[in-house]
Formats: sequence, C-alpha cells, structure tokens
Amino acid sequence: MKPGTRRAVGLLLTSLTGLAAFVIIAVLAIILFNVAENGAGGVTWTFLSQPPADGMMAGGIFPAIFGTAALTLLMTLAVMPVGVLTAVYLHEYAPPNSLFARFVRVAVVNLAGVPSIVFGLFGLGFFILFVGQGMDRALGHEEMYWAQPGILWASLTLAVLTLPVVIVSTEEALRAVPMDHRTASLALGATQSQTLARVVLPGALPGILTGAVLAISRGAGEVAPILFTGAAYFLPDLPSHLNSQFMHLGYHTYVMATQSPDVEATRPLLYSTVLVLLLLTFALNLVAVIIRTRTRRKAAGAH
Amino acid sequence: MEQGLTQPVVAPTLSPAARRRQLKEKAIAGFITLMAFTGIAALILIIIFVAKEALALFTEAEARHEASLSKMFLAQDVAPGRPAFRWQPVSKVPKVSMIPLFVGTLKTTAVSMLVAVPLGIFGALFAAEFAPRRLRELLKPVIELLAGIPSVVLGFFALMVMSTFVKDLFAFDRPLNAMVAGLGLALAIVPVIFTVSEDALTAVPRSYREASLALGATPWETAWKVVLPAAAPGILAACVLGFGRAIGETMIVLMASGNADVISWSLGDSARSLSATIAAEMGEVVVGSPHYSLLFFIGVQLFLFTFVLNLMASTWTKRVVKKLTGGAA
Repeated sequence: MKPGTRRAVGLLLTSLTGLAAFVIIAVLAIILFNVAENGAGGVTWTFLSQPPADGMMAGGIFPAIFGTAALTLLMTLAVMPVGVLTAVYLHEYAPPNSLFARFVRVAVVNLAGVPSIVFGLFGLGFFILFVGQGMDRALGHEEMYWAQPGILWASLTLAVLTLPVVIVSTEEALRAVPMDHRTASLALGATQSQTLARVVLPGALPGILTGAVLAISRGAGEVAPILFTGAAYFLPDLPSHLNSQFMHLGYHTYVMATQSPDVEATRPLLYSTVLVLLLLTFALNLVAVIIRTRTRRKAAGAH
Repeated sequence: MEQGLTQPVVAPTLSPAARRRQLKEKAIAGFITLMAFTGIAALILIIIFVAKEALALFTEAEARHEASLSKMFLAQDVAPGRPAFRWQPVSKVPKVSMIPLFVGTLKTTAVSMLVAVPLGIFGALFAAEFAPRRLRELLKPVIELLAGIPSVVLGFFALMVMSTFVKDLFAFDRPLNAMVAGLGLALAIVPVIFTVSEDALTAVPRSYREASLALGATPWETAWKVVLPAAAPGILAACVLGFGRAIGETMIVLMASGNADVISWSLGDSARSLSATIAAEMGEVVVGSPHYSLLFFIGVQLFLFTFVLNLMASTWTKRVVKKLTGGAA
C-alpha cells in the first residue's frame, strides 16, 4: 500500500469508528432531550403528590412513586446480605481452585442472562403458587392471603434478578482492598471473621454501596418481572401489607402508553411519568459511576 | 498450646477460649458458604418451577390434546385443506403454533443485531484504540447511562417517537412493526456489546501494540490487524451476549412491535415475540389451563436459549483472557 492510501484508510477507519461512538451518544441525547422537552412542564408538586384521577387522564403519580420506592426498599433488604456474603465467600473464603466456587460463578453469570420475563414466571410459579400457597395452607388461611400477587413476592423476585449485580460489584470492591490490610490484621492476631468485619468490609464499603445503588436502579426500572407478581393497574390506596398490590412507575408508563383510551390526552402525563422514572434511574446510576470511579482510582493509587 | 518435654507427644490442645473462637470461625465460614449457595439454588429453582408449570402439557390429557407438540410446531388445518401456523390460544378452537412467535422473535432480534453489532464494536474500537484519553473516559460512563435506561422507557420511546419516524422513512403501512421493535431493542443491546467488546480490546497487552508499531505498522493497522483479531473471541462473546439479551427482552417488543401473530419476513409487518407473548397473555390466563402451561413452556424455551448463549459467551470471554495472558508471558 502506498503511504497516501495507508493514511487515507487510517483516516477512514478512525472516522467510521468515531461516527459509531457518536451515533450511540447522539441517540442517548435525543432520548433525553425528547423526554425532558415533553415531560418537564408537567412535573409539578401536584403531579408528584397526587394520585391519578379521571381514569388516569389527570392527576399525579404519587402511588406509583411510593410503590416503586417500597418495592425497591424491600428488594434491597433481601438482596444485599445474600449478595454481599456470596461475594465474600468467592473472594475471601473459597479455597483456590474450589469447584463449588466455580459453580457459584457459573450460576451467577447465567442468572445475569436469564430474561426478565422468565423471572416473572419464576416469581409466579415459585413465590406465589409454591411458597404462598404453602404458607396459606400452613397458617390455615381460608382465603388466599399469601398465594396472590403482592409487594413481597414482587420484591423477592427482583431480589433474585439483581443478585448478580450485587455479587459482581461487591467482588470488585473486595478486590480493591489491598492484601496488606488483611495480612496486617491477621498478623495482629485477629481472626478471619474479625478481619472481615473490621478491615475488609469497611474498606470495600464504597464499592458495596455502588452495588446496592446499581441494583436499586436496575430493580426500579424492571417491569416484566412484576407484571404478574404484584404490580397493579390502579389502586386507590397505598400498599399497607406485604401482600398488597402496588402501583409502579414503569408499569404505570406501560399501561398508560399502551392501554389508554385516549393516548393524545394522556401524552403529557405519560411524558412526565417517564421523565421522573428516567431521572430516578439516572441519578442512581450517576451516583454509582461516581463512587466506582473514585474507588478504582484509589485502588490504582494503592498498588 | 502446651506441650511439655516430659509428656508424650499428643496433638496440641487448645484453651477453651481458643476452641470457642475456632468454632465460631467455622460457623461463620459455614454460614457464608451456605449464603453462596443461593445463586446456584436460584438458578435451579428457576428452571424447576418454570418447567413444573409447563409439565402439564405432557402429562394431562386435556392439555396434551389442546396443545400437543405437533400442534405447536407443525402446520395445522385452520380452514379445511389449508394448513397454516397460527397463535390464537384463546379462540374457540385454540391454535397454538409457536412458529409465528419464533419468526417474530427472529425478525426483531435480527434487526437489532444488524444495527447494534457494528455500532457497538466500532464504538468500542474507537474508545479503546483511537479516542484520546479524555474522550474515552467520558464515553464509557455515558454509554453506561444508556445501559441504565429502563427497557420500558426505551419501549415508550420506540412507541411514541421512533414509530412515526420509521413509518415515514420506509413508507410502512402501520407504525408498530418489527423494524421499530428491532431498533428499540438495538438501543438496549448496544451498551452490552460496547462494554464487553471494549473490555476485550483493552485486555490486549500493550506489548502486542508496541511490537506492531515497532515493525512499522500505523496505529490503525495495529488496531485493525493486531488488536481486533486478538480480542476476537471476546468480541464474539459480546455479540452472543447481546443476542441473548435481544431474544429475552420483553417490554420493548411488547410495546413497539404491534403484537400480531403474522408470519411474514417483511419488517413493515407487526411481529409477536416469545417473551412479549408471555407478558401480554399471562395476566388473563386461567391458572392451570393448557394456555397457562403453554406460556410457561415458552418460558422454558427462553430460559434454555439464553442459558446456552450465556455459557458460550462466558467460555469465549475466558478464552480471550487465557490466550492473551498465555501469549504475553
């Protein structure tokens, strides 16, 4: 190849790949701009604090915000201990070349790839029909109490879905804690669990929080797994029990976008709901990215 | 640990306090190991409990009659003498052919892959090889933000904005079709392909690049002929992972595809995917009916498809790491 051709091909390749990166960013910008432009006007205090009215043609989204928050809170309570301890096992306790640890890793990787709708089926089949019915039978409920869709089952379903997110980011956080800290603690006579509780986990805390935040943002946006495990079309009351159904920002968006009798009339409300959902997940993701970048930089500095 | 010289040699005995501490440590280690079992248990429970609800299709006479495997996968006489594939499980005579669902899933997935694979890989190549450091450090978190957009929002965007745009652009008859759903799906999988490819590209050791440059290759020749081939298994894994995501993604297809059970290869026609079918129909189905088992059976198929794809992807990701670290040593 002549030097001129070489330079031309190089320029072409650089601009082609640059264009691809630009297109991705541009699409993101278009989505954000479109949602912000059409939705910003409607996000008022009334909108945030009132329930929907007139068959969702008016009013606000407070029950959906409340439901999403309650759902993700329960999910976080369920997933964090299990996820963090699994990561602790993998990074701190598993013997080298442990077959069990390898199985756990394979399971986690595959769990991350299971389609979200299959989690919905699992929630229905396992939590509601198996655990719920079993509990009703054991507790002697005449009517269905636990064997029906509710916020507990939906949040546990989401907890299983977000488990890989927590495990992966906690493991990364544990990796960032310098080995010297552990050996120093052990050399002072601390046991392994004392080292874990007072040195390793505190050191990994920012990364663990990142995992929690990522899990929350993922869980808050998922709709498919809660379609038949607890989300409700419209509820006049906020969920009051663990077996109550609940409204949800994502599900509300889906319902208003596809099943509204008058899409044009609900359009502004719909856009404002999407904006709230998007701001929520973005804020969470941004926090996660910031903490993670900082931990990575710190870890890089320590080595 | 007392071991007197005059005493015979015995195993060191621990003080009661030390023994208690050791027991406690063992208990804690045991508890943590038990917790680590949850991931495996979850995966096993998912397959058991999804398959369990689908099992009636093979064990119960009524279900076997209404939704046999031949009815699911072979053409049925819908009108006399006119064999056809139809998915109409709630009509008077239920028609339960899965073929339209496979066609719909394939169509939307194909569109999304055709768009997302070049965009994702080229974008990753740019970020890993050509972009200045500053730009690269900006690119990654921004694309992570795109990955963080809930799929229901992408479905909403496809439904409200992209549908009219695509309809006008290609002169389609209806706004909701396989093309719109596929483009929406592409938005969901581009970040996956980008991130995994970028990881694979940056895992290529510096020595590869230095050797290539030292031989007189230009940076683009190095990127294209050395770095890209070295990272190939990882990039393939990225594509497979994106493919799995696209097959399983529900809300985007549910909202933007039109959901009709037509068999056609035209991208302007609406499409019904496997996952969207579950989402759309599970809400109204009678628990335990053949239709209900059928939807769980679709779930089993989705699980198996994505399970195999994930295993392939993780094997290839491992291969790229092994190859590179082995080659660099």
